[in-house]
Amino acid sequence: MNLIIGAFTIGLILSLLSLGMLISFRMIKFTDITVDGSITLGASLTAVLIMSGWSPWLASLAAFLAGMVAGSLTGILYTRFKIQEILAGILMMTALYSINLRIMGRSNIPLLDTDTVSEWPEQLLFNFAAGENRIPVFGWPVSLIDLSVLITSIIFVAVIGYLLYRFLLTHFGTALRATGNNVQMVRAQGINNNKMIIFGLALSNGLVALSGALLAQYQGFADVQMGIGMMVWGLASIIIGEALVGKSGIGVTITGAILGTILFRLLIAIALRWGLNPNDLKLVTAIFVFAALVAPLVFKSFHKKFQKKSNHA
Amino acid sequence: MLKIHAVSKTFFPQTVNEVRALRGIDLTIEEGSFTCIIGTNGSGKSTLLNAVAGTFFPDSGTIRVGEADITRWTEYQRARLIGRVFQNPFAGTAAEMTIAENIVLAMKRGLSHPLTAALNKSTKSEIGDRVRMLKMGLEDRLDNPIGTLSGGQRQALTLLMATWLRPRLLLLDEHTAALDPKSAAKIAELTKLIIHQEKLTALMVTHSMQQAVDLPDRIIMMHKGQIVEDFQKEQKKRVRIPDLLDTFDRVQKRELMDESVAEMLIRDYV
Ligand SMILES: Nc1ncnc2c1ncn2[C@@H]1O[C@H](COP(=O)(O)OP(=O)(O)O)[C@@H](O)[C@H]1O
Ligand SMILES: [Mg+2]
Repeated sequence: MNLIIGAFTIGLILSLLSLGMLISFRMIKFTDITVDGSITLGASLTAVLIMSGWSPWLASLAAFLAGMVAGSLTGILYTRFKIQEILAGILMMTALYSINLRIMGRSNIPLLDTDTVSEWPEQLLFNFAAGENRIPVFGWPVSLIDLSVLITSIIFVAVIGYLLYRFLLTHFGTALRATGNNVQMVRAQGINNNKMIIFGLALSNGLVALSGALLAQYQGFADVQMGIGMMVWGLASIIIGEALVGKSGIGVTITGAILGTILFRLLIAIALRWGLNPNDLKLVTAIFVFAALVAPLVFKSFHKKFQKKSNHA
Repeated sequence: MLKIHAVSKTFFPQTVNEVRALRGIDLTIEEGSFTCIIGTNGSGKSTLLNAVAGTFFPDSGTIRVGEADITRWTEYQRARLIGRVFQNPFAGTAAEMTIAENIVLAMKRGLSHPLTAALNKSTKSEIGDRVRMLKMGLEDRLDNPIGTLSGGQRQALTLLMATWLRPRLLLLDEHTAALDPKSAAKIAELTKLIIHQEKLTALMVTHSMQQAVDLPDRIIMMHKGQIVEDFQKEQKKRVRIPDLLDTFDRVQKRELMDESVAEMLIRDYV
């Protein structure tokens, strides 16, 4: 049960990463590698700010804003300085590595016994449980702390998912989505496509950094290495979500990304439980994404070959 | 209304691939007039329309719409004044977005895009009403991705979108060329209808002599980046297809002569 709750919570927290990447990869169709740096940026900034006495809420907000700045810079490299999208992301990610080290002053900051954004439900649950440290969920004793983090994560994801949904259906959000679809049309409709790309990347990396902020609070530390491979994880989650619920409509896509991330985390938790070496995790994920990307192509060419053969017969 | 003065554009200047696509174009289009541009392939027709739309900046010359000098306006800034339909029927719409979402963008062409819901019941019924005029049954498919429609249907919607907010100038670049004959005829008909109904100022490139004779008030012929013929008013009314073909021949012969004269001169003097 604790395993499931843990995977669920991390899944929820990382679904903010997936939602952010949904904007860059799926809406404006920008292969943005900044992600690996901006999730760490969110985590390290939050850790430092909380340690220096900031409220965890303000610290998380600051992480969101810092992520937005990082994303806009990638966007500016791409639009203003005409650097290829992959390279723009790599430059930003590399720069962020040093910046994150600067922010933290060392490579790792523990967050022990500090306030987190899940303080509030914790108090509530504590009163509810009349002083007990654990309450039963479906017959299993679950620690109040774990439960309150889970509740906070659910609230975060629900609120942000809903806001994102509403945003993408506004005039501005519609213009943003069109930018990834047909730039020629977007310009002909009087939309500054560069501005849309910069804003899209800002929002995307803001959410990614917020995800990092919550992750640091949940794990109890920020580490300069924690972002490595996050982009591929997010991508895997998005692909799982699309396979799960399809992508017909904004609401479905957003729900899919959230469910995909949670499912992905559960799968990982189970695989680890079954004895998968944690060191192999990134390799397995990369192979999974590779398979998901080429599967449709392989299927198509297979289909063609088959048709040719039947034509010859 | 539209004043193009001494506009030139060279692609890949000072390389072996140098193309002088526009060579000092002077053209004034009257408010409310409908002009067709004809000319051989590569004569610079699309380049002229692109220069007006702001796809690139001309190397020299000025472009004015009304009182505004738009020579240095970006493409998206000009969209406030200009509606466009492209030759590629898929270029004017966003395939993965629904018909309604595409149109709602056109309803804000050149305006700001606020953070308010793009589509509500009343916008949708407004969209449905105008889409119904196309008589293609698309009003029942407003929530379908526009990519599921045929080229003809998409081009009809692109035309509707380009004119949803009345443009000061409508640019059409061979917008029926990529369609099957039946759809092409339908789009041509629709184009004529909308331009007349809304009394639009329009500039249309066409490959169809028939369209050039039937639709506009004025025919311009381009060749090698220059305007070589201009049929206006009474003269335009008398023009028939054979006249246009003759003019083509004459232009090409004249050029051949120019070239052979040049060769002769080179032989004799160089
Ligand atoms: N964006 C561009 N880059 C390079 N060359 C171009 C570009 N657009 C047009 N050209 C060249 O300019 C010339 C005129 O092209 P275009 O205006 O498309 O002709 P038309 O529309 O009359 O057939 C052609 O030689 C074409 O290859
Ligand atoms: Mg052309």
